[in-house]
Amino acid sequence: MKNQDTMQDKEQMKSLEDIFEAKIARDEKIEPKDWMPEKYRKTHIRQISQHAHSEIVGMLPEGNWISRAPSLRRKVALLAKVQDEAGHGLYLYSACETLGISREELYDQLHSGKAKYSSIFNYPTLTWADIGAIGWLVDGAAIINQVPLCSTSFGPYARAMVRVCKEESFHQRQGYEIMMTLCNGTQEQKDMAQDALDRWWWPALMMLGPTDDESTHTEQSMKWKLKRKTNDELRQQFIDQTVPQADILGLKVPDEDLQYNTETGHYDFGEIDWEEFWQVVKGHGMCNKERISARKNAWDEGEWVRDAALAYADKQADKEVKEAV
Amino acid sequence: MKKNWPLWEVFVRSKNGLEHRHFGSLHAPDADMALKNARDVYTRRSEGVSIWVVESKNIKASNPDDNGEMFEPAADKAYRHPTFYELPDDIEHM
Repeated sequence: MKNQDTMQDKEQMKSLEDIFEAKIARDEKIEPKDWMPEKYRKTHIRQISQHAHSEIVGMLPEGNWISRAPSLRRKVALLAKVQDEAGHGLYLYSACETLGISREELYDQLHSGKAKYSSIFNYPTLTWADIGAIGWLVDGAAIINQVPLCSTSFGPYARAMVRVCKEESFHQRQGYEIMMTLCNGTQEQKDMAQDALDRWWWPALMMLGPTDDESTHTEQSMKWKLKRKTNDELRQQFIDQTVPQADILGLKVPDEDLQYNTETGHYDFGEIDWEEFWQVVKGHGMCNKERISARKNAWDEGEWVRDAALAYADKQADKEVKEAV
Repeated sequence: MKKNWPLWEVFVRSKNGLEHRHFGSLHAPDADMALKNARDVYTRRSEGVSIWVVESKNIKASNPDDNGEMFEPAADKAYRHPTFYELPDDIEHM
C-alpha cells in the first residue's frame, strides 16, 4: 500500500513539474507563492544571491577612487554609480528573499565564503584609468549578461533586472568617457588608459563564464530562461561590439590573435587563461581576502548602528502606546 | 534571539493621476526609516512623487493554490460584459 502511495506521489509531482515547465515555455511568469520544483527555488536562490553579492562587492574596487577622483564632475558620477550598485544589490536581495531565504542568511553565505560573487572584483584598481576600464568593460560585459534576464521566468528577478538595466547604461558611458578623456590627453595619460585595458581585457572576457563545454548548468538554465544565450555566444557578442570601441579610443586590445573574420562576420580571438579564472574563483585572486574582510568589517562595525536604530524604533512604539492610554 | 530589521513593501506613485504601484521591498527599523530608505533605493531618478511603505507582515495575500475557487467563478459570467448583449448593427451611441 505504502509503495503505491509513493508511486502516486511521484506521478503527481511529475505532472506538477510538467505543468510548471509548460507554463515557462508559454512565457508565463512564476511568482513567489506559486508552486515550484525545489531545484528551481535553489538554483534561483544561488543565482540571484550571487548576482546581489557581486553588486555589493563591486562597490569596493571603485569606492577606492571616490576620494581621489580627478574632478568634481568625475566624483559625483562615481558616487552615483557606486550608490546605484548598492541599490542594485538591494533590489536583488529582496527578490531573492521572496524565495524564502532571509537577508541574514544571504549575508552569512557571502561572509563565510559559501556564496560566490563575480571573480572580476578580485582584481585591484591601481590607477584612475581602471575606473574608466571598469565602467567600459566590466559594466559592458554585465549589460550583455543582464539584458536577457529582463525576460527571465521568475517575476521578481525579471522586474529587478529591468530596473538594473535601465540604470546600468550610464555606468558604461561614464567609463568610456573617462577612457576617451585620457586617450585625448598627454602620452602619460594615454599609456595609463592602455595599461588599464591590458589588465582588464582578459578578466572581462572571463566574466561571461566558462566555455560552453565546461558550463554545467546551461541546458536547465536555458529552459528556465535564466539564460537566453550560451556563455560563448555572449562572449563573442561582447568582443564584436567592444573591439571597434577600442579602435575609436586608439587603444590596442591585448590579444595577438585578435582578427576580424570576414567569413563569419565575427572577431576570432586568442586562448583565454582559464587556469587564472579558476584560481580566482577558488579564492586565490589578488584581492579575494581583502574584499571579504572589507565587507565583513563594514557589517560588523555597523552592528551598533542597526541595534540603536531598532532600540529607538521600539522606544517610539512604546511611547505611542502610552500616549494612547 | 537577535532581532533583525523587519521587511517593508514599497509603493510609489510615479506622477499625480496615477495609482501607487508596488516597486519592491526593503528592510528598515521603523516606518520613518523605511520611507527614507525607499526614497534612496527606489526613486534615485525622479521615479516618484509619493511613497507608501507598509510592513510586509501586515499584508494578507491570497494563495495561488486557491485560485480556482477564488477567481474561476468570474470566468463563466459573460453577461457582465457589454459584448454579451445582441443589438442591431445600425444602432448608434450605445
